[in-house]
Amino acid sequence: MLGTAVIVFREVLEAALIVAIVMGASRGVAKRGRWVGSGIALGVLGAVVVAAFAGAISDAVEGRGQEILNAAILLAAVMMLAWHNVWMSAHGREVAGEMSRLGHDVGVGTRPLSAMLVVTALAVLREGAETVLFLFGLVASGTQRAELLAGGLLGLAGGVLIGFTLYLGLLRIPLRHFFSVTGWVVLLLAAGLAANAAGYLSQAGLVPTLVPEVWNSAGILAQDSVIGQLLHILVGYNDRPSAIQLVFYVVTLAGILVLMRLFGRQDAKGARHKLPRSALAQRMSPS
Amino acid sequence: MKAALIFVGLIAALAAPLAVHADTAEFNIAIRNHRFEPSEIVVPANKKVKLVIVNHDATPEEFESHDLKREKVIVGGGKANIWIGPLRPGTYTFVGEYHEETAKGRLIAK
Repeated sequence: MLGTAVIVFREVLEAALIVAIVMGASRGVAKRGRWVGSGIALGVLGAVVVAAFAGAISDAVEGRGQEILNAAILLAAVMMLAWHNVWMSAHGREVAGEMSRLGHDVGVGTRPLSAMLVVTALAVLREGAETVLFLFGLVASGTQRAELLAGGLLGLAGGVLIGFTLYLGLLRIPLRHFFSVTGWVVLLLAAGLAANAAGYLSQAGLVPTLVPEVWNSAGILAQDSVIGQLLHILVGYNDRPSAIQLVFYVVTLAGILVLMRLFGRQDAKGARHKLPRSALAQRMSPS
Repeated sequence: MKAALIFVGLIAALAAPLAVHADTAEFNIAIRNHRFEPSEIVVPANKKVKLVIVNHDATPEEFESHDLKREKVIVGGGKANIWIGPLRPGTYTFVGEYHEETAKGRLIAK
């Protein structure tokens, strides 16, 4: 049972942390719970479908289907996170202003909730499909259903608990700094996911690794340790990254930052009552 | 949305020209009764190689290697291709994540 719990926990953890960040970043939006909840539900549904067709997906595109699907899911999530941050760099100031004026979280504006729904659904879908396949394998090999259920629920509870802890931690950030901090969190998350996508593409032989192992910091902080794994999910820590992964990481990071500054400035030109540049973009600019 | 589209362009521009179809040496590994056969495999170092893993069990397995930075689910009765390298000489371990007690293996690059 414990073995089952550990594997389910590992699979659930990434999705749980991403959902926690989404919940943090969409703070102040009315009905966001419903949006994120729908994202989770869609993700679970998608996970079952992907698991059911796992064989066909794997065999697709000369046996590269699984990697291409994984990379596509990750890159789609990266784009949604990028869109969220760019939007926030243009409007984040109003959101934070309204929230501190009223002293509590309220529904303000039309934030890109659909983007956050998609990110949630994709995260749950990707990790969920592997969980479903794993549990299916246990059922097929005759493991007791009760034991399976107990292990699965224990693992799920563990993952959700860590996610919830992260969310509560994010909420402790003073409102003044809240959106600039969550902006950075989202930015690093996106860059890490892009680097993971590069890993899948090189596993499928679709992109060269360039240099297979740029450094090896496994001796300092192993990626399969608890902290290594958390940092891997949150900021894309990799103890043995390939050069192509670093390229994806840096291009994503720089790309989103440039777009944030660009759109933050553009927005300010259109509205005279705002500061020359959105405060969020200013605070998050690399200088 | 405009930002997202620009971003798609960036990633696509980055990934598109890099597709490679070089001739790579193939190495076969079978999974039977939640074990790898052979459990030790020698591949050339400093060369890109392709692992072909056939799962003869009825249950799915996940080939996972922290050393090689590879993970791939292989359904029951399924086959998986995994490209690795070019590797530095050394020993790299891998496991079947769904049956970690029995499914263990080592890949030696020299």
